[in-house]
Amino acid sequence: MAAIEILGLEKTYMVGFWRKRPKRALQPLHLAVEEGEIFGFLGPNGAGKTTTLKMLMGLVFPTAGTARILGHDWTDPEVKAQIGFLPEQPYFYDYLTAHELLDYYGQLSGVPGKDRKRRVDEVLQRVGLQDIKGVQLRKFSKGMLQRAGIAQAILHNPKLVFFDEPMSGLDPLGRREVRDLMEQLKQEGKTVFFSTHILSDAEALCDRVAIIHRGELRGVGAVEDLTATVQGKVEVIWQGAQIPASMKALGAECHVTGDTVRAVLPENQQDAAIDALRREHIRLIAITPLRTSLETYFVEKLQTASSETPAASAAGKTLGTAV
Amino acid sequence: MTATRRTTIISAACLAVSMSACILLLRHIDQIRPKATIEDVLYLNSPTTIKRASVGFDGLMACIYWTRTVQYFGHRHFDRAHTYNELAPLLEITTTLDPHMLPAYQFGASFLAPKPPAGAGEPVRAIHLMEYGIANNPNNWRLYYDLGFVYYTELKDYRNAAEVFERGSKVPDAHPFMKIMAAQMAAHAGDFATARMLWSATYDSSNEENIRQNAVEHLRAIRVDEDVTNLETLVSAFESRVGRKPSSIAELATAAHLRGIPVDPDGDAYQIAPDGRVLVHDPDDFPFITKGLPEGYKPGPPKFHAQR
Amino acid sequence: MSPRIVYIAFNTFREAVRDRVLYNLIAFALLLSGAAIFVGQISIDIERLVVVNLGLTAVSLFGIVIAIFIGIGLVSKEIEKRTLYTVLSRPVRRWEFIVGKFFGLAGTLVVNTFFMAIGVFGALLYVVHKFSKPDALILVALYFIVLEFLIICSLALLFSSFSSPLLSAVFAFSLFVIGSFADDLRGFAAMAHGLTRWVATGAAYLVPNFSALNVISAVAHQQPVSGQLILNNTLYAMFYTAMALSGAVLIFERRNLK
Repeated sequence: MAAIEILGLEKTYMVGFWRKRPKRALQPLHLAVEEGEIFGFLGPNGAGKTTTLKMLMGLVFPTAGTARILGHDWTDPEVKAQIGFLPEQPYFYDYLTAHELLDYYGQLSGVPGKDRKRRVDEVLQRVGLQDIKGVQLRKFSKGMLQRAGIAQAILHNPKLVFFDEPMSGLDPLGRREVRDLMEQLKQEGKTVFFSTHILSDAEALCDRVAIIHRGELRGVGAVEDLTATVQGKVEVIWQGAQIPASMKALGAECHVTGDTVRAVLPENQQDAAIDALRREHIRLIAITPLRTSLETYFVEKLQTASSETPAASAAGKTLGTAV
Repeated sequence: MTATRRTTIISAACLAVSMSACILLLRHIDQIRPKATIEDVLYLNSPTTIKRASVGFDGLMACIYWTRTVQYFGHRHFDRAHTYNELAPLLEITTTLDPHMLPAYQFGASFLAPKPPAGAGEPVRAIHLMEYGIANNPNNWRLYYDLGFVYYTELKDYRNAAEVFERGSKVPDAHPFMKIMAAQMAAHAGDFATARMLWSATYDSSNEENIRQNAVEHLRAIRVDEDVTNLETLVSAFESRVGRKPSSIAELATAAHLRGIPVDPDGDAYQIAPDGRVLVHDPDDFPFITKGLPEGYKPGPPKFHAQR
Repeated sequence: MSPRIVYIAFNTFREAVRDRVLYNLIAFALLLSGAAIFVGQISIDIERLVVVNLGLTAVSLFGIVIAIFIGIGLVSKEIEKRTLYTVLSRPVRRWEFIVGKFFGLAGTLVVNTFFMAIGVFGALLYVVHKFSKPDALILVALYFIVLEFLIICSLALLFSSFSSPLLSAVFAFSLFVIGSFADDLRGFAAMAHGLTRWVATGAAYLVPNFSALNVISAVAHQQPVSGQLILNNTLYAMFYTAMALSGAVLIFERRNLK
C-alpha cells in the first residue's frame, strides 16, 4: 500500500490589494510514496515544498485535488494519530519545559496516560536531549529546539513521519545524528517523507526523490537510478605532489591539493595508471568510479523549460525521466 | 460526509439557534427589568456624581440621559402613571451634563410642573430648572418663554409670567411674540385667546412628539371650554327669554340663530343636560377640559390625537 | 466527547498562569485594601457602599481587561508563532481547539474572580465589622460578572480567529462599552425611523447585553435580584457564548494557515 498518494493537489493564492491576482504556489501534483521508504522532496526555497506539506497536514486547503495518507482520506482526523510532523524552524510553547510539551502532545495524540511518561523519557533520550528537566523551552538553543521538534514528531510511534527541513539549524554532529535517526526509523519499518534543499543529505539517505521547482514537479525517481549514469571515468588519488609523465599521455586531468594529487581519467586507462604509479613508487590512496551526482541532476532539472514537465509528471512514481 | 462538512453544518445550526434564543431571552429580560434604564437614577441621582463618572464624555452621557428621559416619560404617560419621581432627577442630570441641551428645558416646562397624570407635579423644580437654563443660556429667548409658560399654565402666577415674558422680549433676536405675550399677560391673562396663543406657540416651536401632543390636547380643551362657556351664556339668555331651560341643543341652536348644531372639535354635537348644563359628547376625548363635564366624571385611559 | 478539549483548556490555563496574569491580583489587592482603609478612616456612613461599588467594579474591569488581552491572542498568536502547526498535525479537530481555548481562558478568569471575591469580602468585613444577610447578594453580582467574562472571552476568541490582535482588542473593547449601554441602544432604535430603525434594532439585539448583567448598584444598596433575572441571564450568557463560539469555529475551520 502506498503510504502517501498525492492526487492532483494544487494551490493558487489570490494576491494583490484586491486579492484578484492569482499566484500559483503549486501546480497539480501527482506523487506516490511507498511504505517503508525514505522519500526526499527536493527543491530550492520557495519551490512549493512547504505548501505541499501544509496541505497534507490540513493546515492549508488545496484549490483542487485530493490525497490519501496510509489509505485514508487526508482530511480524516484519525489518520493523524499515525503520522508525525516536524515543521520548518519549529516554535513551541516557550513557557513549557520539554517534558511538559511532549506530555501535552502525547495527550493530544492519544498516547495513554501510563505509557506517556515512559515514552517521553525514551524519546528525549533518543534525540539526545538529556538533563533538560525543568528548563523552559524559551531557553533552548536552535539545535535543541530542532531535537525537541523531532521528539514530538516520533513520540506517539507514528507509521509515517513528515520532516520539513529537518537539518536546518544543526551543526554537523547534529546533522549526522538526525541522519542516523532517520535510518533507524526506516529500520523500524516507518516511512519518512522529508523536504530539503541540501542535496548531499538526500543523496545519502533517500531511496527515492522528487524534485520540485516553482510549484512544478520536475523529476521523480530512485536515487540510484538518477545517478546511475556512469560517466565512464575514474578518479585516482595518490600521495605526493609528483605527477608521472605518463599520466598526461593517458589523458588524465590532474589537480594538486596539498600533498595529494587528484586525477580524472578514462575508465579503460585505470590499470595503466596504477602501473605508472607503481613504477614511480608513488603511493596510491584511492580509486573511485565517478557517478553523476544528484546535484548535477538537480541543476539540470531546474534548468529544464516548463514545457517538458508534463512528461515528467506523467512518468509517475517509479522510473524517472532520462538523465 | 467529511468531518469539515459535518462541523460546518453543526456550527451553523448552533449559531442560528443561539442567535434566536438570545433575541428571545433579551425581550424577556426587558420585561423583567422595566426600570432598567433609569436604574442609576434610582441610586445615583446626584448630577455632580454622574458628571464625574462620565470622565469627560459629558455630551454623550447627556444624550443618553435625554433618551432615557423621553422613554421613561413616554411609557409612564401612556400608562397614566400616578408618579413621575424620576423625571426631575433625569432632567437635572441631563442639563448638568449639558447645560445647553435646550429640548430638555422645553420638556421640563411642559411636563415637570403639571400634576399627575399629566406631569410630575413639581412646579418649583420646574422653575429652578428654567432659571438654571436661563443662567447658562442668557441669550436664548426660548427659555424665558418656557419659564413664563410654567408660571402661566400651572402656577397661574400672571404677574410673574408677564415679567418673565418682558425680560425675554429684551433678549436680542427675541421673537416679537414675546412682547405681545407680555402685554397679554398683564391685561388679559385669564382669556381663552391668550391661552390659545401660548399653546399654539408651544406646538409650533417644538419638534418633540410628547410636547406637541400635549399642546394639541390643550388647544382642543380650550376650544371646548370656550364653546361650553359661550353655549352656557346662550342657555341663560334662552332661560331668561323663554322661562325654561332648552330641551335640546337643536332648540337652542334655532332660538339663538346659530348656523347649524354646535359641535365639538371631534364633530360630535354638544348636549344640554336637564339642569341646563352644556355637556360634551365624550369627555374622555378631551383630557384637559374644565367645563362640559358631567357630575362625578372620572377620566378613563388616555386617547391621543395628532391633529389640532 | 474526547478529553482533548480538557487538555487544551488546561494548557491554556497553564499558559495564562505562567504569563504571570495572576499577578494582577496583587494590584487588585492593593487597590482594595487601600480603599478599605481610606474609607474606614473617613467613616461617613457610606463605607459599605464604597467598598461594594469599588470592589465589584474593579473585579469587573480587571477581568474584562484580562479577558480581552489574553483572548485576542489566543488564536492569532498561535498562528503567528506557528505553534499551531504541531498541534493541528495531531488528531485534534479545529473546533476542539477553539472550545478548549475558550474553557481555558474562562477557567483562568473564574479562578481570578474567586480570589478577588475573597478580597472584596475581606475589605467589606474590615469596614462593616460584621456581615449581614443581604451581603449574600454580592455573590449574585459576582456570578453575573463571571457571566460577563464568558461572553467577552467568546467574543475575543471570535475576533482572534480572523483578525490581528490590535483590531481584535479594539472590536472586543468597543462591544464591551456598547454592550454596557445596550438598553439605551434599544431605546435609540425604538425612536428611529425607516432603515435606520431596522439597522439600529438589529445591532441593538446583537450587541451583548451587559446592562442586564450589571447589578452592582442594586447590590450595593442591598436591593434583591429576582430569581427570574438570574435564570434568564444565565441562559442568555450561555446562548450568546455559544453563538460567538460557533462563529469562531465556522471561521477557523476555513482558515488557511500561512
